[in-house]
Amino acid sequence: MDYETLRFIWWVLIGVLLVGFSVTDGFDMGVGGLLKVVGRNDEERRVMINSVAPHWDGNQVWLITAGGALFAAWPPVYAAAFNGFYLAMMLTLFALFLRPLAFDYRSKLDSLTWRSRWDWMLTIGSALPALIFGVAFGNLLQGVPFQFDDILRLDYQGGLLGLLNPFGLLAGVLSLLMFLTHGAAWLQLKTEGELRQRSAVLGSRTALACAVLFLLGGIWLLLGVDGYQVTSVIDTQGHNATTAKLVEASSGGWLYNYARFPALWLLPLLGLTSFVLCSLTMKAGRHVVAFITSSLATTLVIVTTGVTMFPFVMPSSINPNHSLTMWDATASELTLMIMFVVVLIFVPLVLAYTAWSYWVMRGRLDEQYIRDNDKALY
Amino acid sequence: MDIVELSRLQFAFTAMVHFLFVPLTLGLSILLAMMETVYVMTGKTIYREMTKFWGKLFGINFALGVTTGIAMEFQFGTNWSYYSHYVGDIFGAPLAIEALMAFFLESTLVGLFFFGWDRMSKQKHLAVTWLMALATNLSALWILVANGWMQYPIGSEFNLETMRMELTSFAEVVLSPVAQVKFVHTVSAGYVTGSIFVLAISSWYLLKGREVAFARRSFAIASAFGLASVLSVIVLGDESGYELGDVQKVKLAAIEAEWETHPAPAAFTLVGLPNQAEERTDYAIRIPAVMGLIATRSLNEEVTGLRELKEQHRERMVNGREAFVLMQRLRSGEGTEEDAARFEEVRDDVGYGLLLSAYTEDMNAPSAAEIDRAVEASIPEVWPLFWTFRIMVAAGFIMLVLFALAFWHSVRRQPEKSPWLLRFALFSLPLPWIASEAGWFVAEYGRQPWAIGEILPIHVAVSSLTFNQVLFTLITIGVLYTLFVIIEIWLMQHFARKGPSGSGYHAGLDAIDASVDTQTSKPQEA
Repeated sequence: MDYETLRFIWWVLIGVLLVGFSVTDGFDMGVGGLLKVVGRNDEERRVMINSVAPHWDGNQVWLITAGGALFAAWPPVYAAAFNGFYLAMMLTLFALFLRPLAFDYRSKLDSLTWRSRWDWMLTIGSALPALIFGVAFGNLLQGVPFQFDDILRLDYQGGLLGLLNPFGLLAGVLSLLMFLTHGAAWLQLKTEGELRQRSAVLGSRTALACAVLFLLGGIWLLLGVDGYQVTSVIDTQGHNATTAKLVEASSGGWLYNYARFPALWLLPLLGLTSFVLCSLTMKAGRHVVAFITSSLATTLVIVTTGVTMFPFVMPSSINPNHSLTMWDATASELTLMIMFVVVLIFVPLVLAYTAWSYWVMRGRLDEQYIRDNDKALY
Repeated sequence: MDIVELSRLQFAFTAMVHFLFVPLTLGLSILLAMMETVYVMTGKTIYREMTKFWGKLFGINFALGVTTGIAMEFQFGTNWSYYSHYVGDIFGAPLAIEALMAFFLESTLVGLFFFGWDRMSKQKHLAVTWLMALATNLSALWILVANGWMQYPIGSEFNLETMRMELTSFAEVVLSPVAQVKFVHTVSAGYVTGSIFVLAISSWYLLKGREVAFARRSFAIASAFGLASVLSVIVLGDESGYELGDVQKVKLAAIEAEWETHPAPAAFTLVGLPNQAEERTDYAIRIPAVMGLIATRSLNEEVTGLRELKEQHRERMVNGREAFVLMQRLRSGEGTEEDAARFEEVRDDVGYGLLLSAYTEDMNAPSAAEIDRAVEASIPEVWPLFWTFRIMVAAGFIMLVLFALAFWHSVRRQPEKSPWLLRFALFSLPLPWIASEAGWFVAEYGRQPWAIGEILPIHVAVSSLTFNQVLFTLITIGVLYTLFVIIEIWLMQHFARKGPSGSGYHAGLDAIDASVDTQTSKPQEA
């Protein structure tokens, strides 16, 4: 296997990890975000929390793994993104602090004040990261203000507020609503009665809103946001100095890949269709189809973003030549190879025992179940 | 205070708080698996209740371990971004493998451990618990492989084109002697922590005459496992001293305040007041030959002193300066063939060039005074290492005595007849944490001024951030972590006080307690 193939595989694998995160942790973050909206009293909220209780921790490891894989496979991207988006990353981190504690500590005491405070923590801990991840991708699509010096030290010239531009916010809201939709779809699989009804009504609305935002964002991106294109020759097999290539930013530049391969248009179209189908099936009470289409829509939003930017990962708005692409921002061939073997062995194993854990914990929960197992549950 | 200091403070704080929870997770997970094994093998339900009760406390601890663990992964990128760029090719791999191989398994199974009791057979649940414990330990292995490489970077080389270190041998990184010794020493310390935790709380019940049947059994398991573990910590700690003598001479010399090389075998300084300015240890009490034995396993090999090590650093700094200048010239494209050839000769010292660059404006002609300052800064401050090391060792030996006594009394089946022993166990509760934190301090402070030993100094490793950005996050993390720890400790003591019979898991235990209480005399209340 050559360097070029490995680099391409790792571009796909990072995508796989992000999809894994969004499809699994996405629904428990969605449930957390909906906690105060759909759950009307303590027992309902406990049903919601316990529907994800055995799984949220394992799901969150997709995020941890994506971070670790970024570190190992694309060290310059990990370094530039975490340093550049410093305050946004730290806010995400602070929000993520709250989740394990809220899950585990909330129902340990009977006090309703105690529980209500933790409910807020769980809501923030789930909704804020979902929002920030979207904002981050919205900004990647527009290019980020960074460049490198002669020893490749990062020079980042933006702040937190710079990220909160209209397009970034649109992407943030889309990502939040996407997770909430996914959470609502999960609740329909796992709960009964009014809770299930309420999440179906809400989920079918948020899914529709996602469709609208995704369409709007797409049009905006193609008409109003500059896209990037490498104009010099890239040696996909060898070493490329990150700072030595030539990159051009131009209006409509993100259409380039679609112009070359028109079949790629199917990705955003299928994504849009999935959101609409998700909304309709939720309304019709077809919860299994609703969950599948919501997973599919989430996946396609991520895949569309990746394909649109290919081969860019982190374009630079102030010095486009310094943009990070998946050809020049990778680890060495040896590291990519070793990590690929590790992924080949362990991802199937992870999928197998994760599937088993869902099978063991299958079935719906209701308030009676919570009352019967008061002390043993979250 | 500058941004480097602030970032170090933030990293040290988050790492040390994280390590309040890790050792207990390591130790308690194994103890849970042992208790559940006894339950499955004997069918005695009291062992299931033990697993559930200690499991509840495990969960409270585990949650904060997860919370503070996420911060660790983020911070390499957020606060040490040049580090991430410079060594990500090697350092990132074990972290990613840890997530894929261990953390996934641990986190998936922890859900089944808590919520799967009624949903699978006894044997399957036991398998879940063991696999969870195994995954926890595997997790420690990969993290310590990464840390071992920071201390002793092998299996890699500097690449001038990419301006970073790149992997040359994965096997060397994984099988690094430093990583292996650290791994066994650290997980054993985790087992000791879990054992003291169970021992101390059980002792408290026995002192109060509560939950006697439950507490006796917990006491017995903890004392046996604890004794084996504490012996292993001490033996492996000694092994780590031997390893240091081999590959981390500066750290060893600093721990021992060994200012100059003495004739072999070196004496061990038991206590004293290290005086860095004058390079001597005041009021030192020395034991002849012991240090030579620990560090070299021989009577005729020398232990190199700090003064001599600094002279070695000075030589490398001269080469490093040249390597640094050549590196800049070659990267800018102005270098000649000769420059490239000369760079090959001095490339191993480029780290020392980076270190020197913090002490001089002009790398082409640094003054003698600037070089002197850089040489002084090439070793860590001695007294904090000297003292924290001794605190760790003292805590270790006190725990050895405790476990030996506890095991003896437990074998004779009468721990509750010795209230002094129970009190000793109870008050020893903080010891494993003191020892662990001191041990990590020695390991990491002893690495200074390097982020990656002799390759990347900390002031180069840091991110491009403003002072206020780091100050803001440091304060926020400080406030949040303090709150979290207070809540955690409160919950721990709340559920420990409630005890297994107050936690609502079972009704039958009080009856067992009552029957046991009638057979044995209650301990005398203090």
